[in-house]
Amino acid sequence: MTLPDLSSLWLTAHLAAVTTAILLCLGTPLAWWLAASKSRVRPVVEAVVALPLVLPPTVLGFYLLIAMNPGAPLGGFWLSVTGETLTFSFAGLVVASVLYSLPFMVQPLQAAFALVPRGAMEAAAGLGASPLDAFFTVAAPLASRGFLSAIVLTFAHTLGEFGVVLMVGGNIPDRTRVVSIAIYEHVETLRYAEANALAAILLAVSFAVLVFVYAYNRRLAVHAG
Amino acid sequence: MPGSGLRIDVRKRLGDFELAVALDLPLSGITSVFGPSGAGKSTLLRLIAGFERPDEGTIRLGSAVFCDTGAGLFLPPRRRQVGHVFQDANLFAHLTVAGNLAYAERRAGRRSQVIAREEVTEALGLAPLFGRKPLTLSGGERQRVAIGRALLTGPDLLLFDEPLSALDRDRTAAILPLLADMPARFGIPAIHVSHDIDEVARLADRVVLLDQGRVRDEGPAARVLTRHGLEPGTGLQERGVVLEGVVAGHDPAFDLMQVRIDGTLVRLPVARSRPDGTPVRVRIAARDVALSLHPPEGLSVRNALPGLIAGIRSIDGTAFADVQVRLQEQDIVARITRAAVADLLLQPGLAVFVLIKSASLSA
Repeated sequence: MTLPDLSSLWLTAHLAAVTTAILLCLGTPLAWWLAASKSRVRPVVEAVVALPLVLPPTVLGFYLLIAMNPGAPLGGFWLSVTGETLTFSFAGLVVASVLYSLPFMVQPLQAAFALVPRGAMEAAAGLGASPLDAFFTVAAPLASRGFLSAIVLTFAHTLGEFGVVLMVGGNIPDRTRVVSIAIYEHVETLRYAEANALAAILLAVSFAVLVFVYAYNRRLAVHAG
Repeated sequence: MPGSGLRIDVRKRLGDFELAVALDLPLSGITSVFGPSGAGKSTLLRLIAGFERPDEGTIRLGSAVFCDTGAGLFLPPRRRQVGHVFQDANLFAHLTVAGNLAYAERRAGRRSQVIAREEVTEALGLAPLFGRKPLTLSGGERQRVAIGRALLTGPDLLLFDEPLSALDRDRTAAILPLLADMPARFGIPAIHVSHDIDEVARLADRVVLLDQGRVRDEGPAARVLTRHGLEPGTGLQERGVVLEGVVAGHDPAFDLMQVRIDGTLVRLPVARSRPDGTPVRVRIAARDVALSLHPPEGLSVRNALPGLIAGIRSIDGTAFADVQVRLQEQDIVARITRAAVADLLLQPGLAVFVLIKSASLSA
C-alpha cells in the first residue's frame, strides 16, 4: 500500500469524526424537537431531514456546489471570513457530509427520544429538575442505545460517501480525496491491487463497527434488565 | 405550613370536556378526590402539579402562587414544592433505587423542608432494595420507592395519583397503610386521586366528590361518602350506587318520568320535569333492588333491567349478601338474603333481571 492511500484513509476517518461530532450537536436538539413537537411544520422538517435518503447524491452535491460557489451568499461569506473557497476544500466536505448524513443521526435519535416515557420526564420535573437537567440525566441515558446507533451509523455512512464528495470536493490528494474516491481512481487507472487494499479495509472496518454495535446493544439490553 | 390551604379556582377545557373547579381545601392529612373515570380527577391533579395549564384561574398553595392566568403567572412543576407518587411509579429505569432517591435529594436543596434519608428509608423499608434496578422490583416495591423519592424532595404537599391501581390485592393491602401513615408521620398533607371507593374510605380524611368536571360535594370523608350512598359496605350501612341515564319521556297522567339507563327504560316519580335528553343520575340503594331469574310478570314492580352477575359478596355475621350486577356499562348492587342467593343458585356470569321499585327512586 502506498502513502497517498494512507492519507486518504486518515482523511476519511477525520471527515467522519468531525461530521459525526457536528451532527451530534445539531441533530440532538433537532431530534428532540421532532419527537416532542405537535407543530404543523414538523412533517416538512422531517421530509427535509429524510431527503438525503432518497435523493441521488449528485443532486445534493450539485446544489451544494452552487451554494458554495464564491459568487453565492454562503460561498462568498465563507471566502470573506476564512480567505478560502468552500468548494474543493475539507471544510466544504464537512458541510456536505453533515447534510448528507443528517438522517442517520436524526432518525435513530428521534425514535429513541419518542420512547422516553413522558412520565419519567414529568417525574424529573416534579423532583425539581430543569428541562436541560432532565434531558441530560433522564432522557439521554434512557436513549443511550439510540445515541450509540446514531453515532455509529453516521460515522459509518460518512466513511462510505462518494457522490456528494465528488461533486463538492473533487479529487485533491490530502484535501478531498477520501477512500471511496481513491478506490474509484485506482479502478479507473486499472490499479486493482491498491483498490482492493482500500476496499478491504473499508469493508473490514464497517463490518467490525456494526458487529460492535449489535453486540453492545445486546449487552445494554441485558444490563437494563 | 403557615397560611396553609390549597385554593383552586380553575377552568380547563379538553375537547368536549370542561373542568371547572373552585375549592378551598384546609389541607391536613389526606384529601381524596373521588369520582368516576372521566370526572376530571387526574386533570385536576395535573393542574396542581403544573403538568397542565388551566385556561383561566388561579392555584395557590399557602402563600405560594402556583398559577394565576390573570396576572400571567405560571410556576413550572420544578418550582412547585410538591411531591408526586404516580400511578406507575415512574421510577428512572437507568438508575438503581439508591440512584432514584439520590436524584430527588440532590435537587431538594432549595426546598423548604428537609427530610432525612434514613428516616424515609426506615419508614418504607427501602434499604434492602438500594442496589436494585426498577425493572427488577415488584409493583409494590416500586411504589414504596416512589413514595420515598417524593418525600425526599421535602415537599409542602404530596400528590398521590391512583397510586394503587396498578397493584394486585395483596400488594395494595401492603402499600395502603404506608400511604395512610406518611402524611401524618412527616407532617405533609396529601391530595389523593382514586376511583376506588374502598381506597378512598381507607385513606381519606376529607373527600372531594368530582363528577363531569364539577365538584359535587366536599367535606369530611364520612359525611360526604354517607350522603352519597358511597359507604363501602361491610356491615349494614346504607349501600347503593348512582346510575347515569338520560331523560326519555314523561307520563303526566301518572306523574312518572322515563329515564333510559344502559338501554332500558326505567320509570320514576317526577320530582321536577326535565327536557328529553337531559342526563340524570339516579341513586339506588342496594336494599331497594331485587333480582329475578325471569322477566317479571304480574308484579307491581315496573322496572326490570337485564344484566349479568359480576360478583357476590356475603356480609359476614348477617343474613345478607351484596350481589353486583353489570347492566351494559354500569353496575348496580342488590342486597338480598344469603338464603336467596343459595335458593336461586346465583353465581357470577348468570343472567338476571334487576328489579327496582319506582317508589324508591329519585333522580
